[in-house]
Amino acid sequence: MRIQKFFGFFPFPTWQIDVDAVLGHGDFREDDFIKADAAEKESFIETKASLSYWQDAWRRLKKNKVAMVSLVIVILLILFAFIGPLFFENDYTTQVRGDENIDPSWDYPFGTDNLGRDLLVRTMFGTRISLIVGIAASLIVLVIGSIYGAISGYFGGRVDDVMMRLVELIYSIPEILVVLLLSTALKPGLQEWFNTSDTAIAKVLSTLGASLIAIFIAFGILYWVSMARIIRGQVLMLKEQEYVTAAKALGASSSRVIKRHILPNCIGQIIVMTCLQIPSAIFLESFLSFLGVGVSAPLTSLGSMASDALGGMYTYTYRLMIPAAILSLLILSLNLFGDGLRDALDPRLKK
Amino acid sequence: MIKFIAKRVAQALVVILLITCLTFLLMNLVPGGPFLSEKNPPPQVLAAMEAKYGLDKPVPVQLKNYIVHMVQGDFGVSLKMQKNRPVTTIIMEMFPISAKVGVIALVGAVLIGVPIGCIAAYNRGNWVDSGLRIVTTLGVSIPGFVVATVLLIFLGSMLKLLPTIGLTSWQSYIMPCFSLAFYPMCYIGRLARSSMLDVINQEYIRTARAKGVPAISIVFKHALRNAVIPVLTYLGPLTASILTGGFVVETVFNIPGLGRYFVQSIMNRDYPIIMGTTIFLATFIVTMTLVVDILYKVVDPRIDLAKGGSR
Repeated sequence: MRIQKFFGFFPFPTWQIDVDAVLGHGDFREDDFIKADAAEKESFIETKASLSYWQDAWRRLKKNKVAMVSLVIVILLILFAFIGPLFFENDYTTQVRGDENIDPSWDYPFGTDNLGRDLLVRTMFGTRISLIVGIAASLIVLVIGSIYGAISGYFGGRVDDVMMRLVELIYSIPEILVVLLLSTALKPGLQEWFNTSDTAIAKVLSTLGASLIAIFIAFGILYWVSMARIIRGQVLMLKEQEYVTAAKALGASSSRVIKRHILPNCIGQIIVMTCLQIPSAIFLESFLSFLGVGVSAPLTSLGSMASDALGGMYTYTYRLMIPAAILSLLILSLNLFGDGLRDALDPRLKK
Repeated sequence: MIKFIAKRVAQALVVILLITCLTFLLMNLVPGGPFLSEKNPPPQVLAAMEAKYGLDKPVPVQLKNYIVHMVQGDFGVSLKMQKNRPVTTIIMEMFPISAKVGVIALVGAVLIGVPIGCIAAYNRGNWVDSGLRIVTTLGVSIPGFVVATVLLIFLGSMLKLLPTIGLTSWQSYIMPCFSLAFYPMCYIGRLARSSMLDVINQEYIRTARAKGVPAISIVFKHALRNAVIPVLTYLGPLTASILTGGFVVETVFNIPGLGRYFVQSIMNRDYPIIMGTTIFLATFIVTMTLVVDILYKVVDPRIDLAKGGSR
């Protein structure tokens, strides 16, 4: 089979060789210098369109069943979190009098809590908050980390030395402790600022809640370092390439070289890192919320729902198990999808 | 070598100092101050109290005093939870309990995680490998509190196999230690698998195979020594992960250790305890990382330490 396919590439079948044509190969023919017409030009164009980087990556990703199943689960969970609540008249804060502590039933598939709030709607909302935390935190990490790493790697020398010393320092800080501390200390301060300040920023931020902002700040301060390290490594390698030298020789400014030539070339790595940051941010947020430091009432997240359910976990086991299961499923599928994405975008890394 | 150690020790000291300043400033940032949270005392009393604890001085002076006291081993006294008891005494009382559970979990995570990685690498590509991969991927994706509560509900409450509260018998150590060790165990398993696969492709392994050494002995004898090095570098973060995992596990299992106490002090906003515990744990983790980095060099002399950190 394979041999036939291979020989199929030859333009003529081997047994029909025209001997005169082969011998007279170098001779000109009468029509050799006639201008090509449109049809002939057309025939020179490759019929098979070349695949772009993204198409190629998408093709590889589609073959990875685990990653695709995870992608579908993530999409379903996103729909569950953002579209789901629209189908219910009750809000996540609505307390229905007389419907307290109902076990799962037709009216309340996940039951209600001790204040008569629909746990299905609350779970949807908690998933939404967890997703928002994950995505926003990774975007913060992405922006700070890639800019810092790119500058440090691009300028090199003393700038790089100083900048990397700072990274090393932050890297050796036990981050969970500081995150705990930051969210404990920042929350009351932010709350007070929201209550007293009338500026537009304070108004916008206060809709998110002090606890969420505190988590974002903690992320912004601590978690960008590994991103910065990887970007720096990439940039150090890329800036020695000829096309960068060429761009510099043509008079391109540093910011243009970084933006146009270097960042697009490490975009695959950046995307993978950002994607894998989402589950770890969700993981961390649930940890903080479970300890009572993260998202606080009236907002809820999957972690704080599990924390709320801890008190009655033997009588109302499902109240703990449902958010815990959704949280685990979310983190697991995001991790698996991130792994698949890494294999697809950077096949060299695959083991 | 000495230069490297000196550099790393200096860096560790800077980190600890940085954390001390950060915690101190953050705790000062909190509006209100420690004495306002209860019934508002008359201004004279407040002034006297602030003078007693040195809170009337400007913040930089307070910070300097705190650091001077801290170096002498004095973290101040608890303001609420165990009023006026020194934070150092409280930490020294609680930490051994956490350390006991933590050390069991740490040893367990390494002793189970490394063989899991080796077995997966040895069976690369077949169903054993896929099975172990599913377990380890689950392990690094499920938050610690989920593992702890699921164990508690199924083994403790439904099947009534193991005690659910406290640390009275050896059986009561099983669930806390397992939930603490599960995440690092799976992480180590993944780490050991990939580094084992790296090592297996090297030439001395091929030589061993050519000599007719059985595969199992190649994996566990020849390759393991080199494959275990990345695991060693993970020991620093592992300590951190087990200590912070203790916050959750001790809360869920009601173990009177430092982790649970730390969480309670956060709820109660007992700032000297929060501060003291954070600095204590941070110092512990930073020291562990330092020791591991130096050990790393001792175990594998090929690593050139002059070229900066090993992480």
